Amino acid sequence: MAVEVRIPTILRNYTDGAKAVAAEGATLDELIANLESNHPGIKDRLVDKGALRRFVNVYLNDEDVRFLGGLGTPVSDGDTVTVLPAVAGGMA
Amino acid sequence: MLEISQELVDKMIEHARRDHPDEACGVIAGRDGVPERFVEMENAERSPTFYRFDSKEQLKVWREMDDRDEEPVVIYHSHTATEAYPSRTDVSYASEPNAHYVLVSTRDETRAELRSFRIVDGVITEEEVRIN
Repeated sequence: MAVEVRIPTILRNYTDGAKAVAAEGATLDELIANLESNHPGIKDRLVDKGALRRFVNVYLNDEDVRFLGGLGTPVSDGDTVTVLPAVAGGMA
Repeated sequence: MLEISQELVDKMIEHARRDHPDEACGVIAGRDGVPERFVEMENAERSPTFYRFDSKEQLKVWREMDDRDEEPVVIYHSHTATEAYPSRTDVSYASEPNAHYVLVSTRDETRAELRSFRIVDGVITEEEVRIN
């Protein structure tokens, strides 16, 4: 068993159009490294200078990982990780 | 072109006026590019110059859309002191290439300004809004 990672429309060019892919790792960081080895280029869209990009939301099951432990958040088999680009903007 | 009902247009304008002077934001979900289900979102920034969907609310709404086989057909937000045209900030965070980005300006109290755009790979294309 592995962790299911749900991929948003804008990143599906890295996953051959797949809405969800499987990945492995004990932490979110490891999971993203594993994702990168199967889908090169995707890591750079999620991580910048060792931290999650500010305008990408990553959820472990129902929680935003920012409120858990960021990239160090432990993940287990059977978990679902969801990636959603933040919807943001403004006149500034 | 964005084809949309008068009722949905009125709802976006009403929401923008209600939250003025802060920016209001939300989505209209639908299938096959037809906007149908109006979902007002919380502006987690509560700011007159910036908006961001609350991350938890966004997950809930995006899941609901997934379950119902819908997509975010329209993503709307308001500008409260400037024209209804995407700012540089709007373009840099635009992340739904299939969505119509609708902007409502509430800078004029008597006349609402509503325009629609596609934002793909940093390029803004204005489109006609047909209200039916």
